[in-house]
Amino acid sequence: MSSTVVFTKASPLDALQRWLPKLVLAPSMLIVLLGFYGYILWTFLLSFTSSRFMPSYQWVGLQQYERLLDNDRWWVASKNLMVFGGLFISISLVVGVLLAVLLDQRIRREGFIRTILLYPMALSMIVTGTAWKWLLNPGLGIDKMLRDWGWEGFRFDWLVDPDRVVYCLVIAAVWQASGFVMALFLAGLRGVDQSIIRAAQVDGASLPNIYLRIVLPSLGPVFFSALMILSHIAIKSFDLVASMTAGGPGYASDLPAMFMYAHTFTRGQMGLGAASAILMLGAVLAILVPYLYSELRGKRHD
Amino acid sequence: MTSIVGKFPISLSRLAIYATLLAACAVYLIPLLIMLLTSFKSPDDIRSGNLLSWPEVFTAIGWLKAWDGVGGYFWNSVKITIPAVLISTLLGALNGYVLAMWRFRGSQLFFGLLLFGCFLPFQVVLLPASFTLGQLGLANTTSGLVLVHVVYGLAFTTLFFRNYYVSVPDALVRAARLDGAGFFTIFGRILLPMSTPIIMVCLIWQFTQVWNDFLFGVVFASGDTQPITVALNNLVNTSTGAKEYNVDMAAAMIAGLPTLVVYILAGKYFLRGLTAGAVKG
Repeated sequence: MSSTVVFTKASPLDALQRWLPKLVLAPSMLIVLLGFYGYILWTFLLSFTSSRFMPSYQWVGLQQYERLLDNDRWWVASKNLMVFGGLFISISLVVGVLLAVLLDQRIRREGFIRTILLYPMALSMIVTGTAWKWLLNPGLGIDKMLRDWGWEGFRFDWLVDPDRVVYCLVIAAVWQASGFVMALFLAGLRGVDQSIIRAAQVDGASLPNIYLRIVLPSLGPVFFSALMILSHIAIKSFDLVASMTAGGPGYASDLPAMFMYAHTFTRGQMGLGAASAILMLGAVLAILVPYLYSELRGKRHD
Repeated sequence: MTSIVGKFPISLSRLAIYATLLAACAVYLIPLLIMLLTSFKSPDDIRSGNLLSWPEVFTAIGWLKAWDGVGGYFWNSVKITIPAVLISTLLGALNGYVLAMWRFRGSQLFFGLLLFGCFLPFQVVLLPASFTLGQLGLANTTSGLVLVHVVYGLAFTTLFFRNYYVSVPDALVRAARLDGAGFFTIFGRILLPMSTPIIMVCLIWQFTQVWNDFLFGVVFASGDTQPITVALNNLVNTSTGAKEYNVDMAAAMIAGLPTLVVYILAGKYFLRGLTAGAVKG
């Protein structure tokens, strides 16, 4: 008797308790389904329309993609991404790994040095871009400084040189992100079994050899993570271009993210902009899918 | 380091290591030093000297002018960042709690779908998001930017808390459930008190993300509602009148100071956020 009373009394509460987790998660699920996947689909749809300043749903098939592939500026932007991404990723990796290995040698004041190497990562790309735009200023920046210091013939005007402006972006981006790569690898190095290193030392291997042959190869997953993050930064890079060069001179330093913004929001080419955004997503997926695949496979083995 | 190789070569290589690190520190610090120096120079000093020359006179005029130009937008950024960070952290904590402790059919799939959001190139959602903000009457408002930052910050904040709570022993929660504790009681009494580190990581991560954002700011705000990053970019890249580099640099410092201060005060959590966001999938 008493148990049934308790049962009927607690029943609605129990049901609520059972539903609470789902209720709490529901708004976020809705947001993700709509705001992530719904919007991707929407953009995908727009890329098949003739939308210009306003969205219109007049179907034009693959016409926007054809226009995109005929567009010289898009090819410049894509080529720049290859050059910028390739250099930015490889230089950041080399610098970051080197600094991490050096910092791993029982350095005094290690924490202090680490703090200095990582602080650019806390800055906005807009701040970084503004600073480097000034440093690389032809006429007043490093250009003038080295001449003042006695290097008479020194010229540094890459920022206004259409063939070299993309290297300026690389310099600034490496300055910002290489400390982060250092931090990633330092964390990885701390996880390496020290007895392996000691055993190799006893066998007479030199320190550079130990790192190149034994330690670094064991950090494969860290390499992969760093590669992922850096390529992601490269593909999304928009702020840096906006603040340093605004895509110029002309459109010599355009990147796909900048192309997308300019065509969608200032030039009234919404359909074309949507098509370029979809291609950017494709590039991210091409990198992401193998990564997730290997992650999931790795988990299954555990 | 008890070495059989002999003292001399060891100390020489140590010297090289320290020299390289010192040079690296200089390379990383000099841009900041130049920004500071330039911001305190007069325009005449900037023209006659060079990047690293000491100013003839230190003047705060650049800072005053910069604050005049971007000060209002600084407060916009504050108005956007604080609510966006708090709301997305709270939502992330609740989501993470459910995903780690109260799994149901489909919750893992949802987690996977959410995870992809960490890698989403935002260009692919900008257009629909701007239509939606317009429909909601939130176009060109700071509230609209708060909403956007909450939505697209959700992936990372949820990931942080979910991965943290997964390592909490199940027995703890099961015991509390047997004692009759409900969903929110368990969350408030057991999990929240042990969450301080991950809350710090999440707050700092979101703070730097939202404060440093430029893309959402430039697309979804205009005029008086723009965040500081957009105002800084406008200031630096307008070509009217003579360029005042001291003002540019002071404005850049103003835009960068809040995140720099947070980084210096709580660098440990900043780094943990970066690596957690990077390594765990």
